Amino acid sequence: MSTPAIEVWGLRREFRASQGLFAPPRRVVAVDDVSFSVPAGSVLGVVGESGCGKTTLARMILGLLEPSGGEVLVDGKRLVGMDRLARARLIQPVFQDPFSSLNPRRRVRDIIAMPLVAQGNVTTSEIGRRVAESLERVGLSTEQGTRFPSQLSGGQRQRVAIARALVLRPRIVVCDEPTSALDVSVQAQILNLLAELRRDLGLTYIFISHNLAVVEHVASEVAVMYLGRIVEKRESEALFRDPRHPYTRALLGSVLTPEPGLGVPDVGLGDIMPDPANIPPGCRFHPRCPACFAPCAATGPRITSLEDGLVECHLAG
Amino acid sequence: MSALLEVDDLRVTFGSTAAVRGIALKVEKGETHCLVGESGCGKSVTSLAVMGLLAKGGKREVARLSFAGDDIRDYDEKRMSHLRGDRMAMIFQEPMTSLNPAYTVGSQMTEVLRRHRGTPRTQAVDRAVQLLTRVGITAPGLRLGQFPHQLSGGLRQRVMIAMALMCDPELLIADEPTTALDVTVQAQILRLLAELQKDLGLGILLITHDLGIVARVADRVSVMYAGEVVESAPTAELFRAPRHPYTRGLLSCVPVPGKVKRDEPLGSIPGVVPRIPPGFIGCAFKERCSYAEAACASPLPRRYIGPAHEMLCILPEGSGA
Amino acid sequence: MSTVLQPAGASSRRRIWRNAGALLGISIVGFVTFVAIFAPWLAPYDPFTIDLGRRVIPPKWMEGGTPTNILGTDQLGRDYLSRLIYGARVSMIIGVATIITSGIIGTFLGVMGGFYGGRVDDAVVFAITARLSIPVVLVALAVAGLLGTSFTLVILVLGLLLWDRFAVVARSTTMQIRNLDYVAAARCAGCSPIIVLLKEVLPNIATHLAVVATLEMALAILLEAALSFLGLGVPPPLPSWGLMISEAKEYMFFSPWIIIIPGIALFILVLGVNLLGDALRDMLGTDLSR
Repeated sequence: MSTPAIEVWGLRREFRASQGLFAPPRRVVAVDDVSFSVPAGSVLGVVGESGCGKTTLARMILGLLEPSGGEVLVDGKRLVGMDRLARARLIQPVFQDPFSSLNPRRRVRDIIAMPLVAQGNVTTSEIGRRVAESLERVGLSTEQGTRFPSQLSGGQRQRVAIARALVLRPRIVVCDEPTSALDVSVQAQILNLLAELRRDLGLTYIFISHNLAVVEHVASEVAVMYLGRIVEKRESEALFRDPRHPYTRALLGSVLTPEPGLGVPDVGLGDIMPDPANIPPGCRFHPRCPACFAPCAATGPRITSLEDGLVECHLAG
Repeated sequence: MSALLEVDDLRVTFGSTAAVRGIALKVEKGETHCLVGESGCGKSVTSLAVMGLLAKGGKREVARLSFAGDDIRDYDEKRMSHLRGDRMAMIFQEPMTSLNPAYTVGSQMTEVLRRHRGTPRTQAVDRAVQLLTRVGITAPGLRLGQFPHQLSGGLRQRVMIAMALMCDPELLIADEPTTALDVTVQAQILRLLAELQKDLGLGILLITHDLGIVARVADRVSVMYAGEVVESAPTAELFRAPRHPYTRGLLSCVPVPGKVKRDEPLGSIPGVVPRIPPGFIGCAFKERCSYAEAACASPLPRRYIGPAHEMLCILPEGSGA
Repeated sequence: MSTVLQPAGASSRRRIWRNAGALLGISIVGFVTFVAIFAPWLAPYDPFTIDLGRRVIPPKWMEGGTPTNILGTDQLGRDYLSRLIYGARVSMIIGVATIITSGIIGTFLGVMGGFYGGRVDDAVVFAITARLSIPVVLVALAVAGLLGTSFTLVILVLGLLLWDRFAVVARSTTMQIRNLDYVAAARCAGCSPIIVLLKEVLPNIATHLAVVATLEMALAILLEAALSFLGLGVPPPLPSWGLMISEAKEYMFFSPWIIIIPGIALFILVLGVNLLGDALRDMLGTDLSR
């Protein structure tokens, strides 16, 4: 079996939030013991709501944040502590907000050239060639390459962000809500582009999104995160067909499909909001879980392996 | 019996940009009318224009603007401000910016009643507590003393809804009320709105870009593009038989969980939304439309193609299914 | 979110031309700069030539004035117009040199604190607070007492003391920018922190710093005039407007024009610089992510 493109083992991240002068600082565990591995060429979807830790996870994988514990391996090589130029050649981001992910003072072609320039050993003509190639791949013209980000639409800016991510021909692209800030019609264009690029360039994606329908379309495997842990991780088709964790079921049940006459579902989650600074004892989902029973408040559930993934719930054992 | 809100031929321009170019819509009592469109189509501007809240530099022209039978077209700011918050309420997308961070929830809520009805403070507080409970907030007494930043997004939006209901409005205009919320919270908020509508006979004008919300919540839908309503129909009818190429394109772009085909590309609409100068004639969608022809550059007729189903397109029935 | 696309700056350029204050500010600063640069060609006489036989002659339009000295002469017989013109040089040079010095110091400190946070930021905040507790005039007094007065010393004193507003603005804008995605993307692209600071952060805070620079320049010009007035700034015989006011104190009641003329010049210049700063702020806007 070949080395997976990216593996994450026991990744953990804690923050200390100060509580003023007199109280000791509060420990907020944003990501708690997350592990997964993604085979080359496939897409791992990561879904979850606010406070689940998916953005912190993305930043750790990208090297923007140092983990409090655990390992990230790309092609078997440890990412933490890797020289930043080598890491840039392996893993690149596409962020959510097309308005703030491009430097407004630089032209598009300079933005795309930046990773090449940072490498330091690429000739100017080679840089020009690779930038032109990148522009073409994402469907932008050379003329658009001379513009400033403020002169492009949201969808076009996102294409620039994708072109920048690809110019070093990385192995992994971490997409953090890449289409959430775009209009629906543009969203489809960008998703189609991402799928095409993955096939043509043999990329591996980690695709973070709160939009379940988009994730279903894009991902081969899906991990559902809640308050810092992965509560269910299954093959995409299996997860959407037969979700095993109550939170996954609630999440899927809340999605409003464009099918008239069905009204708005009541998923029975109650009013309590998840707070990473106050993680409930036992199973962290138990205060909101419609299927909560005796052991849930007392002990954390063990991970149960299923034939197409895993789930962390007392009901599954 | 006239509709709760009637708008006819509304036009809004900002300098050299025509943001709204002649739209008409009606909201009946007890009905939810959704105005759906992508960014830049003019849907938010429409709601602001109806309430008389356009930013400086915005010019409004409207042939007919009536609320509960009264013609409010020429109401000055004073009379409009009496209506707003009282019989006509509005909730926005980002509750953090619509709630004043310097005042407690309680003081903001009671202020609405005291200003519009002159209600004494204790009664206003009672009503606030009653409404906070109604919108599903536990420990309402505690919440009254809290500041907006102490509440989560879902709670803040519930507070906004409660505040909007303080004076028993007849019409609620909600501009993307759930866009900034998590999907589980969104479902709760929308259920709440539907319940309130049933109990209070509210008319709701809901503005959104999310077709899922439209399908589940709306009685009637108007699809906007580049400042015009390109198609308008009862919800079931619109989803069953969308006729305008933009509506069809939009529907094909939205992946439906459970019905997703992973290996096929998603439907998409090529191109970008154009900026329309004032005095533009013809169909604004023609550059992106696969059925466009020469006649699309002339003024378009508004066609009735079914019961209460109208659209702005010359495409005949049955083409391009 | 609007999809209206315009080339950057088009509507802001229109705004600026409509703003009379901005126009006035630009004209004044432009005019004074021109005068300062071309002083040797514009001044009718040498500003240092003393002619004790022609002391305190009033300006041409007043009784007793002569056409040879349009603005009259000062208490040492030096042509007033020439001194005024060369005085523009002093004000402008000190203004510009001060903002360059204080700008570099303040921006460096503010960016370091804003970008790195933690202990570095604590140190920067401490430095700013410490600096704010030092009164400029007392320092100038001490320096003058210890080292005497000179043109360069004034620039040093002002430059080393007026950096606090630069630091505060640089720090807060850097703190807003460092969380933006394009900075994260630059780090992911492999850029070293220095490059990120120079190419991603600095260009985006530059407009805010430019506004601070104009306001600080106005302040520097006024401070120099005040220090020179007190005898702590530019030493005679240099034609600083503040010094001219000081030297004319004794003649104030009999020949008021000697004080009024440089006073008006100072007022106009500082007004112009402030208007320019306002115009810059309106034109450049405050949104940091676009």
